[in-house]
Amino acid sequence: MNGKQVRDRNAGNSHSPRIAMLLSIIPGLGQIYNRRYFKGVLFFGIIAAFFIVFGNFLNIGFWGLVTLGTLEGVDDSRRLLIQGIVSVILTVFALGVYWINLVDAKKDAERISNGWRKTTLREGFNNAWDKGFPYALVAPGLFMIVFVLILPLLFMVALAFTNYNIYNSPPKFLLSWVGVENFLNVFSVPVWRKTFFSVLSWTVVWTLVATTLQISLGLFLAVIVNDKRVKYKKLIRTILILPWAVPGFVSILTFAAMFNDQFGAVNNQLLAPLGLNIPWLTDPLWTKIAIIFVEVWLGFAYIFALFTGVLQSISEDWYEAAEVDGASRWQRFRNITLPHVLFASAPLLIMQYTGNFNNFNLIYLFNQGGPPVRGQTAGSTDIIISWVYKLTFDTLNYNMAAVISIMLGVIVAGIAFFQFKRTRSFKEGGIDG
Amino acid sequence: MSGKLKSKLEVAGIYLVIFVMFLVIVYPLIWVFGISLNPGTSMYSATIIPKNASFEHYRWLFTNEDSNYLLWYKNTLIVASAKTVLSLAVTLFIAYAFSRYHFVGRKNGLYVLMLIKIFPVLMGMVAIYILLSLVGLLDSLVGLILVYVGTSIPTHAFLVKGFFDTIPRDLDEAAKIDGAGHVRVFVQIILPLAVPIIAVVALFNFMAPFMDFLLPRIVIRSPENYTLALGLFNLVNQEFGQNFTRFAAGSILIAVPIATVFLFFQRYLISGLTAGASKG
Repeated sequence: MNGKQVRDRNAGNSHSPRIAMLLSIIPGLGQIYNRRYFKGVLFFGIIAAFFIVFGNFLNIGFWGLVTLGTLEGVDDSRRLLIQGIVSVILTVFALGVYWINLVDAKKDAERISNGWRKTTLREGFNNAWDKGFPYALVAPGLFMIVFVLILPLLFMVALAFTNYNIYNSPPKFLLSWVGVENFLNVFSVPVWRKTFFSVLSWTVVWTLVATTLQISLGLFLAVIVNDKRVKYKKLIRTILILPWAVPGFVSILTFAAMFNDQFGAVNNQLLAPLGLNIPWLTDPLWTKIAIIFVEVWLGFAYIFALFTGVLQSISEDWYEAAEVDGASRWQRFRNITLPHVLFASAPLLIMQYTGNFNNFNLIYLFNQGGPPVRGQTAGSTDIIISWVYKLTFDTLNYNMAAVISIMLGVIVAGIAFFQFKRTRSFKEGGIDG
Repeated sequence: MSGKLKSKLEVAGIYLVIFVMFLVIVYPLIWVFGISLNPGTSMYSATIIPKNASFEHYRWLFTNEDSNYLLWYKNTLIVASAKTVLSLAVTLFIAYAFSRYHFVGRKNGLYVLMLIKIFPVLMGMVAIYILLSLVGLLDSLVGLILVYVGTSIPTHAFLVKGFFDTIPRDLDEAAKIDGAGHVRVFVQIILPLAVPIIAVVALFNFMAPFMDFLLPRIVIRSPENYTLALGLFNLVNQEFGQNFTRFAAGSILIAVPIATVFLFFQRYLISGLTAGASKG
């Protein structure tokens, strides 16, 4: 006879977890059946209060989500859409609480039928505090994230399936669901297709060229400054880090002025002696070159600082051993320095690529994505994110902006997934750490 | 003998490269400083070495009635301080929960955080705009602060969690055996040990509003609520080149303190970044 059966017989009751769980379909009833009255009232109170407070809100919300409003000029589809999404989020939370209510009733009942004695209210509170503490810690952040990040993203996704543009915008007009029409338009309407592929290809070229250049320059400088024969290292490093330390918008606007075609310093002071006058901001190719130059200027310093830190952590012994074995300088760099540096900073370098992929500040502040291109809705240096900004805030093409955003999101998520897999393979159990 | 010569030539080459980089780095910075000393507001006639240099634009920023510079500075300080305090508190709570407790939804929560971290904030701008106008927080510093706090959580939470993970669990276990509660362990054991990462994250939080112009541009409408970056951008953008000397002066006044703080803390920034990234 083992201990469990002894307890069962001692308890000798027919308390059923199943009945408790079934009773809890009405929240709290199962807990009362378990004779945990306070808890039962609490569960019932929470769920009841939820429906009393939000009942009307949810009703309108779900109705709005389906219809997007019915009275032209009265119903604001955007508000209804947001209310609908909030309703969905609230409902998910309510279902979560409801689920906890069911599981709790079942668990308590199981314990009671195993002969467990009811705890006092005070013990119950202590228990709840222990279990609830992490939730209390997460709650404020979760609230912020839901409303500032998740809700807007869901709203954006929803907009992609509506006809919200400059000709059809609330509160004057009603929105309606149009299915995947907008997605098809990107590929079937010539102006969208042309713009999409030209912007996408420039975004890819820009990301690869600018980021690779700045990483190479940063690495090169970090290696040569790290040379034993170089003096005044501290001073040199401080100056080389300056571009990272100066606020980005200040440097970008300064460069925008310096590259100005008519009165900028580049044409008037640096190139004037050579008799050159280059249309930096009005010719697509020259603008692209200027933008890549500016980004290399802005970004190499961070890479330089990062690599300098890594280089100093590589042991001298490696190099000495390699020198004894007769390895050339290139071989030493190729087989010792490079693997070390890349291994230690791979995630940050990938972040550098994704950062440039979405480098709105530079593109927009330097030349507002210009110069304009005939026959497409984006300028010649617009990358996807700045194109989305223009579609949203300049031409009020909300639905198309949302469609492009979703495509951008899929690309970025793909890169991130790749990065995540790599980090996982570098380190065992990254997320569990 | 030739080896020595070769070495000398190499060192000379290295110094030459560094010297060229110095010129490329410093020229724009000196140029903008020179422009800020030019009399007259137009950029057309301004030169890097002004003929009769003066600090009139600096004086204009602080004393002229048309200048909102001090107001912008005050707004930015308010936003930066509030953002730092709120964001730090929320981030520390979340990171601590994810680092030390096992609770329902922990793993999924981490995946969600990681996923959100990679989406550019800009993607949700329309919704944030409409949402703020619904609750009456559009064109207000409070709205701006709330959006800043929300958007900063995912990235910083990972940095801090990475750091918390490196603090040995034995410490909190020992304190718990001695009878310390949840709050005490967190406040008296963990927080003092996490001061380096707290400093890094606080610095990131505080400096962001000085450098960011996108969010204020979307949230803020009226000039008396501008932050520095937005105000200066509008100064130079209204009539291009017309106010450039004033913009230059205003920029110098932000760039100098920020760059100083940055250079001072850069070693910690680097170690914080690498520590957080290798964990993320």
